[in-house]
Amino acid sequence: MIKIGERINGMFQDIGAAIQSRDAKVVQDWAVKQAEAGADYLDVNTGPAAADRVLAMEWLVEVIQDVTDVPLCLDCTNYDAIEAGLKLCKKPAIINSTPAEMPKMERVFGMANDHGAMVIGLAMNEQGIPKDVDSRTALAMELVAYADSVGFPMEDLLIDPLILPVNVAQDHGPEVLETIRQVKLLSSPPPKTNLGLSNVSQKTKHRSLIDRTYLVMALACGLDAAIINVMDKDLMDAVATSRILLNQDIYADSYLKA
Amino acid sequence: MAVEIVKDRYGSKVGTLTIGKGPAEGGTRTSVITVGGEGTLPAYHFEGELPHRPVIAMEITDVAPEWNPVLLEALGDVGSTTAWAKRCVDEFGADMLYLSLIGANPEGADRSTDSCVQTVKEVLAEVGVPMAIVGCGNEEKDNELMQAVAEATAGENLLLGVAEQENYKTLTAACIVHGHSLIAKSPIDINMCKQLNILITEMNLPPERICIDPTTAALGYGLEYSYSIIERARLGALQGDKMLSMPVIATVGYEAWRAKEANASEGEFPGWGPQEGRSVLWESATAAALLQAGAHILVMRHPEAVKLVRNHIDQLMVSNEY
Repeated sequence: MIKIGERINGMFQDIGAAIQSRDAKVVQDWAVKQAEAGADYLDVNTGPAAADRVLAMEWLVEVIQDVTDVPLCLDCTNYDAIEAGLKLCKKPAIINSTPAEMPKMERVFGMANDHGAMVIGLAMNEQGIPKDVDSRTALAMELVAYADSVGFPMEDLLIDPLILPVNVAQDHGPEVLETIRQVKLLSSPPPKTNLGLSNVSQKTKHRSLIDRTYLVMALACGLDAAIINVMDKDLMDAVATSRILLNQDIYADSYLKA
Repeated sequence: MAVEIVKDRYGSKVGTLTIGKGPAEGGTRTSVITVGGEGTLPAYHFEGELPHRPVIAMEITDVAPEWNPVLLEALGDVGSTTAWAKRCVDEFGADMLYLSLIGANPEGADRSTDSCVQTVKEVLAEVGVPMAIVGCGNEEKDNELMQAVAEATAGENLLLGVAEQENYKTLTAACIVHGHSLIAKSPIDINMCKQLNILITEMNLPPERICIDPTTAALGYGLEYSYSIIERARLGALQGDKMLSMPVIATVGYEAWRAKEANASEGEFPGWGPQEGRSVLWESATAAALLQAGAHILVMRHPEAVKLVRNHIDQLMVSNEY
């Protein structure tokens, strides 16, 4: 599974403050810590508060790349900020994200093709987040069809069916799991799938337990990537154990240390 | 109709292993060997990168071995380890040497640690190729002996063996302290292979200083099991499993020369034909199959088999890119 570390996000107070004051150390500490914990990508989100999100994104990309060579997942609703970040990325990045609507898809897949980036495509559009598996899959198909029409490699497309907090939208849980299965049937080769995992446990009492239980269920459905709290050791161990149980890694008694 | 060549894409590579150090880096070797680094299956030049060729290590021993007369005749005088070593390099074209200190065995010649270390030093002085050095198989003696060998050859970056699951700590520590690489041996079992690699790296020996000995079996004696394990480790490495990504050493000669088909005379089995050609082919065929599985270092004995397999490696390294 592609593990995308979620922590460098302006929504977290320390990161938000660090962006304001251009305090590189706070950001770099989280970059190094997440890389050491096993992150394959680092999500980079300026947060909504940043005064100039283009400048904030450029600064974040530069200070992070000064301390780690883990590739980045540029996460912003301002596409100028993402494009500015892409130009600075030393390794192919992930663009996070586009909904299934024009002209956003056009802009995002255009940038991705120019920079060899992967794309997270959200199963939503102007009408918001769909409730059931059929409408989620229909939106995923729109993303797949558009990507195909502009020659974007299908294995670089990450479809995110969008999970909502279990304490407010409990009925979405199984719909998202089924969507992960269905998306794999949309094309050959199929697109990949992604979840912003921590959303499932927002404002619940047992965040770590809910996160890892849901992630294991999603992995069994074929999930390829997730934006997660890589500092959660129990969660990372659950991922490693899932890979063993799904016969994706060779078992050894000390597999958790591998 | 155009044929489309199906190519797999892998996210990772086999690790590399370098053996030997030249004078510029504090060693005395005149050649250095690097194996591994492949981004695809063996000989799939059309699909990925194969930066280093597999190598042949010729096996020598510290006391004259009780090997089959056919083999001994081809090797010439094996009474002097240094002369034998030199012949392997100069005449038989060995890329490296694999010195088994069988004489240390308390149930055999029971040579002292000091005299074994002396032999190691003499061989290193005689030839410039990189070397693998392994103990006699007696755990207690080997722990003392290999520690002394590691210390006496500090900085040469030799390949020392063998570490096994029940006995790996002493040798691993010696390799860390004295700058050598390590042979990690597991009994034809992919899970134990991975486990041992995890345990060794937990002690802080880097993965690029470990070589997997998956235990080799000869043609007709379970070769297919070794083949499966080596192939499985290779696929694991290509899929990003760092604890299976180390290059593989295969003790081809030792196994092939245990086979009845290599040792029986023509008198015993007239239908099998002359023994020399047959035994050479037994060793060569075992080596060829293990090359196809993904072995990197072939430990061999018979000069003619070495020649055949070297020729085979030459051919396997010719690009078949489409």
